[in-house]
Amino acid sequence: MIKLENISWSTPEGNRVLDGVNLTIPDGKLVVITGPNGGGKTTLAKIIAGIVTPDSGKIYLDGEDITDLDVTERARRGVSFAFQQPVRFKGVTVRQLLQWSAGDRKLSDAQLCDILGNVGLCASEYLGREVSSALSGGEIKRIEIASVIARGTKLSIFDEPEAGIDLWSFANLIKAFRRIHEELGGTLIIISHQERILRIADEIVLLSDGKLGASGPANEMMERVLSSGSAAYACRKQEVAFNE
Amino acid sequence: MNDITKMLLGQITDFKPDFKGAYNIREDGGCAGRQSSENIKIENKTDKPGIDIRIAAGTVGETVYIPACVTHGDVNDLVYNDFFVGKDADVVIVAGCGVHTSDGHDARHNGIHRFFLEEGSRVKYLEKHIGTGMGSGGRSIDPVTEVFLGKNSVLEMDTEQIGGVDRSVRNTSAVCEEGARLLVRERLLTAKDQFAETNFKVELNGLDSAADIVSRAVARDTSKQVYTSDIVGNAPCSGHSECDAIIADKASVNAAPRLIANHGDAALIHEAAIGKIAGEQILKLRTLGMTEEEAEAKIIEGFLS
Repeated sequence: MIKLENISWSTPEGNRVLDGVNLTIPDGKLVVITGPNGGGKTTLAKIIAGIVTPDSGKIYLDGEDITDLDVTERARRGVSFAFQQPVRFKGVTVRQLLQWSAGDRKLSDAQLCDILGNVGLCASEYLGREVSSALSGGEIKRIEIASVIARGTKLSIFDEPEAGIDLWSFANLIKAFRRIHEELGGTLIIISHQERILRIADEIVLLSDGKLGASGPANEMMERVLSSGSAAYACRKQEVAFNE
Repeated sequence: MNDITKMLLGQITDFKPDFKGAYNIREDGGCAGRQSSENIKIENKTDKPGIDIRIAAGTVGETVYIPACVTHGDVNDLVYNDFFVGKDADVVIVAGCGVHTSDGHDARHNGIHRFFLEEGSRVKYLEKHIGTGMGSGGRSIDPVTEVFLGKNSVLEMDTEQIGGVDRSVRNTSAVCEEGARLLVRERLLTAKDQFAETNFKVELNGLDSAADIVSRAVARDTSKQVYTSDIVGNAPCSGHSECDAIIADKASVNAAPRLIANHGDAALIHEAAIGKIAGEQILKLRTLGMTEEEAEAKIIEGFLS
């Protein structure tokens, strides 16, 4: 279980981004954090992963206070993070990156293939390729997500996984999240505006102006989240326009 | 061969004493072992130190080992090795050099290798350089490689120097005839106050000849590196030179790829990038459970792999 107590954070210029956020996520849940752009979603996700240090508040993982633990220590305790804008590594192959992600577990080619298949990539084509500018933005994004799947941690955080991914791959990504959630049993936190991701959530958390607006089961939250003017509503309009 | 040579060989090659093919092991300027095969003959030069390696036309799938080791100080080894590769041969040549000194005196190896590839032949040339030992004696390796690529021949050169060599100046030149191709992959790591200079000069003289030179380097501490490459297009040809370097601490890297097109259909490209390890790269690997130091080591390992 991950528990946030009164988390606040401001930019160095003094702009308040998060303001006293309290949130508890039980084990095994798929939670989508949504809300307007600039509402603090990514910052909150980074605070959970230890990438950003809160100005105040406490973070507990399975009852342990991890507030003062750095990124590395949190990762070793089972927190993983997929970046919205993944970094590239010249010379490092997809196989190496996924193997590094798995830590001490040695992954067979069949396992690597399965992981890459989850994000719509064919392993035989990709394992030997460099995680560099030779890959497109969409490919690098999918490999970033695959790196978190390879870790197989108890808490996986995905920051806007749909960004930069084409619609066909996005549909597969939805399946991948369902599969991770159902088969691997870990807790998933996804930052997203996408209605189709919202619909697979166990719970939806609405974050607006740095404050927790509302949270609850997806079926109860959908209408509110998709109301006219919301970021999710804007995404829905874009998708409808694209399909037409 | 002595124990230091055995140790160095283990680091620069996968050579095994029971190897059945052709080899020549050079130790402190002398010969510590030689064997020819039916298709690959190795003989002493008569006018200067070194050997001629003659690979018969049509030889396919054979490997020849030509490593050199310097095992103590006060050795300044100079050797001339010529490789004559017959028509349509397809072989692997494993060279490489290890220089060891622990007695406070300098140790140096200077290997001048010339390759003559006949029409349609292919060579994969593997070369790994290391320096080992303690004390103040300098470890130097200054290889010179001259390549003459006949019609439709290919030389694939994989060279690596990733530790312990205090000073090295590498000069590689190649002349490519019609349809010939030169592929070079260089990996270089310098630390402390080491110095490494790499100079390539390739002349693309034949129709559809090609060269692809990729150098990846890491410079740490106060080490210095210099990279130059000249690709000269004298015919309809293609050439690519790439130098990527990671720089850390107070190291310096000077990269100067140069293209010279003397023909309107010469297609030549160069790239050079120098920079430190990005903070985002470290951060990503820390989210995988690595410390900052472990992440840096992995990034360098991957970059040079």
